Amino acid sequence: MSDLTSMTVAAARDALRAGKVTSAELTEACLSAIEGASALNAFVHRTPERAQEMAAEADKRIRSGDAPALCGIPMGIKDLFCTKGVPSQAASRILENFVPEYESTVTQQLFDAGAVMLGKLNMDEFAMGSSNETSVYGNAVNPWRRGNEATELTPGGSSGGSASAVAAGLCLAATGTDTGGSIRQPAAFTGITGIKPTYGRCSRWGIVAFASSLDQAGPMTRDVRDAAIVLQAMCGHDPKDSTSADLPVPDFEAMLTGDIRGKTIGIPREYRMDGMPEEIEALWAEGRRMLEDAGARIVDISLPHTKYALPCYYVIAPAEASSNLARYDGVRYGHRAKLAQGDGIVEMYEKTRAEGFGPEVQRRVMVGTYVLSAGFYDAYYNRARKVRTLIKKDFEDAFAEGVDAILTPATPSAAFGLGEMTEADPVAMYLNDVFTVTVNLAGLPGISVPAGQDRSGLPLGLQLIGRPWEEGDLLNTAYALERAAGFTARPEKWW
Amino acid sequence: MSIDTATAARVAKLARIRVDDDALPALAGEFNTILGFIEQLSEVDVDGVEPMVSVTPMRLKRRDDTVTDGGDAGSVLSNAPDAREGFYAVPKVVE
Repeated sequence: MSDLTSMTVAAARDALRAGKVTSAELTEACLSAIEGASALNAFVHRTPERAQEMAAEADKRIRSGDAPALCGIPMGIKDLFCTKGVPSQAASRILENFVPEYESTVTQQLFDAGAVMLGKLNMDEFAMGSSNETSVYGNAVNPWRRGNEATELTPGGSSGGSASAVAAGLCLAATGTDTGGSIRQPAAFTGITGIKPTYGRCSRWGIVAFASSLDQAGPMTRDVRDAAIVLQAMCGHDPKDSTSADLPVPDFEAMLTGDIRGKTIGIPREYRMDGMPEEIEALWAEGRRMLEDAGARIVDISLPHTKYALPCYYVIAPAEASSNLARYDGVRYGHRAKLAQGDGIVEMYEKTRAEGFGPEVQRRVMVGTYVLSAGFYDAYYNRARKVRTLIKKDFEDAFAEGVDAILTPATPSAAFGLGEMTEADPVAMYLNDVFTVTVNLAGLPGISVPAGQDRSGLPLGLQLIGRPWEEGDLLNTAYALERAAGFTARPEKWW
Repeated sequence: MSIDTATAARVAKLARIRVDDDALPALAGEFNTILGFIEQLSEVDVDGVEPMVSVTPMRLKRRDDTVTDGGDAGSVLSNAPDAREGFYAVPKVVE
């Protein structure tokens, strides 16, 4: 990692404003780091010329004294975001050759704030996966290794390319999206920070939809301050997304005082799972102690429906996906199968979707179709929606008793080897999201902060869950945790 | 609840995804694993519980029902696998 590409967003911002570095220099450093990191397979569509143009533009703005927070900061964009004139295919074959004619609201806001786009980042196909192994581009690889072992590890998923790129110093920050843990799990697996804001904080317009009632965009960064800065630029009301909240966005960075005296932190007993690795248990206890030392009051709480969150998610998310993904029919954009003599429209749909969707996406679309089909709608889909109400109520009850934030592990393990889960059934992979998925179901903000390492040196993360719309307070608690944990380890360059 | 190959074939048909006959038994097996996992939800007492409609209670914004955008047929069709004379082209639908 060169000095320039290892900078935080905050440090780069200050250096840019002080004239100590130019965006052109920062961008060049990132582009050459990307050039040398093909082994990580993080950037899947590179836009070097556009990056250089945007950097030149940013340098001009900075010189003229107009330098918003992200002006000149080189970023990577998850392939799920539609970017005008740049391939955006959600890591799926079915969107091969799709080049959007429009810009997603979140990326537009980032660019308006002066951010420089380096290219598009790898991910699981349609954000369905927890290991970046379902991507049409092939696996993204974690820059971290188990000691000196050469085994390639997953950067997590679905925002695996984003996590790998930020951890390896290919960009200063990246966008991610989170439907069941897709920002927080990869952040934990790569030793970086990732926040999923409250449902409705970021516009979903122009982001390829997976499960619309759960999807949220958020930043993936090197530390909590950077998360505050980038989130600030991503948030805000958008008339083009009817679920985006018309609420003022506070100055998140200004709320980072590190003072959490008098705050109440809940520790949910249901998150203590059978067979949880000792290191995760120890890290969680350590996190509890750190927040207590910082002056917070720690209380044990109960979130009784936690156990049902994953099965609930695996009804609701596939149901919504089966509906959202119905649009990929080979008519309006993307892949269309070659047809045989006499094939009609139905054959065109069926062949296109069989060729265009990978196995995990096909599986989820079909499970979703099943739980929504006549005769099963009540038994599965409606029941899951009722359980979701109960899961949300668990959190509401805790907050009503005065809990400000909830501390949990981010993941049930450290990063695992690519291919290690191939033989397992799909449900084993789903268990990766056991600590994160509740947060999406309840629409709450959640942040993953790197807090320690396992015995082979791999990063481990802790998750903090906040009250709705209180990302500022949540970031401040995360900031206190970050300062106490003092996680500074970086992966050793092997790629 | 167990899914047989006939049900798997029916679901594939509904989802408009072609699945070869010899792939159906494996697919049915995967469905059964996932549905077995989902089955846990039947333990929960949901009597009198409202199914969630919106995770953040908010009133949907209203606006005047007027045209705000459009006239971009060229852009709209630019990504079509097959477009002719300002229309999407598909195989014959009606004989």
